[in-house]
Amino acid sequence: MDNWARFLEVNSSRILELTIDHAILVSLAIFVALLIGIPLGIYLTTNQYLADTVLQIASITLTIPSIALFGVMIPIFSLINQGIGFVPAFVALVLYSQLPIIRNTYTGIKNVNPEMRDAAIGMGMKTRQRLLRVEIPNALPVIMAGVRTAVVMNIGIAVIAAYIGAGGLGVLITQGISRNDNYLIISGSIAVAILAIIADAILLLIQKRFTKKAIAE
Amino acid sequence: MISFNHVTKSYGEEITAIDDVDFTVEEGKIVVLLGPSGCGKTTLLRMVNQLESITKGEIVINGENSKDLDPIELRRKIGYVIQSNGLFPNMTIEENVMIVPDLLGWNKKKKRERFEYLMNLIGLDPKDYGKRYPHELSGGQQQRIGVVRALAADPPVMLMDEPFGALDPIIRDKIQEEFLQIQREVKKTILFVSHDIDEAIKMADKIVLLRDGKIMQFDTPSEMLAHPNNEFVSQFFGKDRAIKSLSLHTVQNLREVIGLGPVDEAIQDTKTIHVHQDLRNTLSMLLNQEADQVIVKDEQDENIGTITIDMVQKYLHFEIKGKMSASQEG
Repeated sequence: MDNWARFLEVNSSRILELTIDHAILVSLAIFVALLIGIPLGIYLTTNQYLADTVLQIASITLTIPSIALFGVMIPIFSLINQGIGFVPAFVALVLYSQLPIIRNTYTGIKNVNPEMRDAAIGMGMKTRQRLLRVEIPNALPVIMAGVRTAVVMNIGIAVIAAYIGAGGLGVLITQGISRNDNYLIISGSIAVAILAIIADAILLLIQKRFTKKAIAE
Repeated sequence: MISFNHVTKSYGEEITAIDDVDFTVEEGKIVVLLGPSGCGKTTLLRMVNQLESITKGEIVINGENSKDLDPIELRRKIGYVIQSNGLFPNMTIEENVMIVPDLLGWNKKKKRERFEYLMNLIGLDPKDYGKRYPHELSGGQQQRIGVVRALAADPPVMLMDEPFGALDPIIRDKIQEEFLQIQREVKKTILFVSHDIDEAIKMADKIVLLRDGKIMQFDTPSEMLAHPNNEFVSQFFGKDRAIKSLSLHTVQNLREVIGLGPVDEAIQDTKTIHVHQDLRNTLSMLLNQEADQVIVKDEQDENIGTITIDMVQKYLHFEIKGKMSASQEG
């Protein structure tokens, strides 16, 4: 225990700093992913053909191992002198978030009780009114579930981004591995886990706040 | 008034879902579309508010061809009730009921007054229920809310697609009565889909009996029971159609034709029945209890006579079977 105390005394401020970097990278990526994914998911509910295509592409993206994706991005982003660092990591995280966000938005809205949709149309709601008043509110728990999946997943993937110099908690782990330093590996891993748990809890709170009790049950 | 003028709907060359349907729902009347599953009754109903397209023919609603109307405007002018009530779980009861007025841009005060009026119509306290959510209400209450939601903007025409189909028999019976009561007050022009013969007989001013998208018969319930047009109609209503037709007659009708029996004061524990009850209920009451008579009460709750199984049978013979056999001979 003494060793741990000494380790934390020296490294705690650095761990905190890296945690904040990590959180910023993931938050920015999720923010942009939401701006793309949710409108796209909503739009896809009106276009079945495009929906199948886009969901396929998003699924394929998710099957690419993150380390490979980072590798592919280095030559591409080198063209604009951003081969390593924040930009490729950010882009990769945005891509990975797309599948859970688009798919859950799409399925959430598609799976709204068809009778409810029928009633909405039959009472004379326009498409936009139907989406805003009926479909999105009732699909909210499913949409939020997708966002939470994306966030937790991205916190994990962002660890790998340390290999291409994007910073974050991955730095502790990669350094720990190369120096054979268990303190670095364990503290890095625990910090990632805590960050993921906290982020998920906050999102769950937001979800509950904005979902009517009736739908959550 | 809703007129179907030779309405046909076909999918491609082969399949004809609705075949040259032609009938009219008069102002303030209830017409029930009745028939087995897949006969096209729901399709026909959904053609009125353009949820289904029409291949040939036209539907004229209060003098306007539905084709010439904007579907959004049209739907807001037609009350629409579906089987599963279609209430939105994310909205309170008040928000649910006031959807169409809201879409039409009514002001707050007008909406509030309308909501209170409608809730009083179905005997639910607007203050208490307004803020609740649909899942906090019983199935019967939800369905009542579904009905008043369709009435919210006071549309002249209503479409009801098996509105009471998901309710248990006792509640269904009660809500049917309640709805007929409301209809006497609001006098809407109603197209009503049902697969339940008893419901159709009870609710309808006229019944459209459909098979495979064709009209088999369009008539009042009593005419249809007494004079079925063809084999299908008589089979559809079944061998017991004479008994079914009893629900169209009340104890009062029987009293006028053959009179009631005397009240025997010695008998105390007999059940009683109201003079406006239908004869079908009366008959099942007689069959269910041990005594062979029930006491009839009038509006003032006075005993005015008794009724027995024999009397119902006699009435059935004179009034209903008499008409039936006359038609078969003719």
